[in-house]
Amino acid sequence: MTTTTPARPIENAYAAGQLPRWAPLLILISSLATFVIIFLFIQAGQPEGEFNVVGAVFFGVVLYGIVLVTVSRLVEGHRRATDRLVTTLVTLAFVIALLPLISLLYTVVINGAARFDLDFFTLSLRNVVGEGGGAAHAIIGTLQMTLAATIISVPIGLMTSIYLVEYGRGRLAQAITFFVDVMTGIPSIVAGLFAYSLIVIFFGPGVRVGIAGAVALSVLMIPVVVRSSEEMLRLVPNELREAAFALGVPKWLTILKVVLPTSIAGITTGVMLSIARVIGETAPLLVAAGFTNNFNYSLFSDRMQSLPVFVYSSYISQGTDAQAYIDRAWAGALTLILIVMALNLLARIIAKIFAPKTGR
Amino acid sequence: MTSTAAPRIRAKQRPGDRLFSGTALTAGALILAILAAVAAFLVIQGVPGITADPEKTTLLEGTNFWAYVGPLVFGTLWSAGLALIMAVPIAIGIALFISHYAPRPLAATLGYIIDLLAAVPSVVFGLWGGNVLAVGVQPAYAWLADNLGWIPFFAGPASGTGRTILTASIVLAVMILPIITAICREVFLQTPVLHEEAALALGATRWEMIKIAVLPFGRAGIVSGAMLGLGRALGETMAVAMVLSASNVITFNVISSTNPSTIAANIALSFPEAYGLNVNVLIATGLILFAITLIVNTIARYIVNRRKEFSGAN
Repeated sequence: MTTTTPARPIENAYAAGQLPRWAPLLILISSLATFVIIFLFIQAGQPEGEFNVVGAVFFGVVLYGIVLVTVSRLVEGHRRATDRLVTTLVTLAFVIALLPLISLLYTVVINGAARFDLDFFTLSLRNVVGEGGGAAHAIIGTLQMTLAATIISVPIGLMTSIYLVEYGRGRLAQAITFFVDVMTGIPSIVAGLFAYSLIVIFFGPGVRVGIAGAVALSVLMIPVVVRSSEEMLRLVPNELREAAFALGVPKWLTILKVVLPTSIAGITTGVMLSIARVIGETAPLLVAAGFTNNFNYSLFSDRMQSLPVFVYSSYISQGTDAQAYIDRAWAGALTLILIVMALNLLARIIAKIFAPKTGR
Repeated sequence: MTSTAAPRIRAKQRPGDRLFSGTALTAGALILAILAAVAAFLVIQGVPGITADPEKTTLLEGTNFWAYVGPLVFGTLWSAGLALIMAVPIAIGIALFISHYAPRPLAATLGYIIDLLAAVPSVVFGLWGGNVLAVGVQPAYAWLADNLGWIPFFAGPASGTGRTILTASIVLAVMILPIITAICREVFLQTPVLHEEAALALGATRWEMIKIAVLPFGRAGIVSGAMLGLGRALGETMAVAMVLSASNVITFNVISSTNPSTIAANIALSFPEAYGLNVNVLIATGLILFAITLIVNTIARYIVNRRKEFSGAN
């Protein structure tokens, strides 16, 4: 695409009344520069003023919008001007969404690094008042409860998705599909209350045990496993099933030896993403498994600490040395984010490498 | 089709087949059973809380159950509503940016970045909201109270810590952005290309094309995405519990230091120390939360299921 240059004698009729491509960028830079200068003057005018970056960028962008729309309206007419305004707003929406993500990751890494040391991963909080101690007991609790939840959820979720894809017809299958969707919307704390109500029947009132936390996590995990596995099973081409049937293979062996191996990578990805989703759940574990400062390796007796609850309790009940508690909370948050990101990344890599070849 | 046709050939049922299909059916039915059990256990444990004697239950402080739960229900709806008002326009913007504005090779990566927000655990959002965001927005609240105090929402005095229901709602808005964006993006991408090209061929600008082709097509998706986001916001616990400094009041003032709590946050804060009938009272509030989210999600699912191709769970 070429734009007209003033040197040419004849104007390009199709490019007339159009802002050159560099115009928005130029307006953006100049309006940002204007407010940087204005805020520099404000800073110079105050005795100990700090340079207000947020203010400069905010007003700079507002000025950019106003100038761009005005110029565009004068040169290109109001339809183009509206178009440019919407483009600016839409881009701005994306940038606004990035701000909390960047701010959050930045603060977690900066503040979490303070206590992200060997002690944090080897010690518990037993008899710790103030500095020191670690979250090893919480990490072990998280691993145990998440593992137990996975052991409960994956068979139920996988078999349900097999039912929905291979066997399910009619009312029951419809009802299951609908209620699986509804189940994804259960508030996590309600799942915790359910697990607590269930467990007091067996263990007596007021008890908190790790297995209750695992049950609560399963309630949240099952629908995610069902949906992702269902999707993967539906990707398996029908020709494979028909070929197996034609060879006289029973249906259950077809599913076990043909359908599942074809989709196993996708199912693994789905399971890992569902683990990543529940490993950060706090509320259900707070209600069902409680919190403690000690190591507890048994799912069936006594309270069990988990990493998210560790972060929460360090933040909510700060002791005499508040900074030590806050530092531990941030380090716990950093660990949690690293675990979740690693699971997500791994899941996506598996999905990419072993993606089923559907011939499309 | 004639009624005298040969009897339908049935596949041979081997024991393995029976066992396997039986297991699959059981697993499916188990899901319905679990959902029913969730409702049943909450009712069994919750009813004693609703009928509890206010004098004997420390949590109720002499009032009856409905007076206790009223402000909590209000706080839950109010904070979730505020979050929705903030999140929906931005989510639509992001979805449009990814589906129609961003360069094509970049779009998938940008979508993944937004999905990253969904991967952050809620407790981390709570920590960030309480320690970073609340401190950051406090000057803005002071300014609002000084200059816009005549609007009832901003009637001061502004909270000194910034831990108000508006801050909690901002955190909630950030947390529900990914799900609304994901659903909007999916519907926007499903707009028939012919409609878009026809609009462009008639001389529409990009925004006019979106206005006449994409948005009308995606309206149901936007509504259901917003409803699913609302469901998430209603049930979100940690972000509110860690950000808000709550007292049991009903007020529309969003920047002062007295704020209504939400059901979920109240359970999280009170449950660890609760004993006796107080536990039942809290479970009863949980039952109410369950009912509210169930209604919202069912409506959302109903709208989504009319268009089968997309669903929030994937």
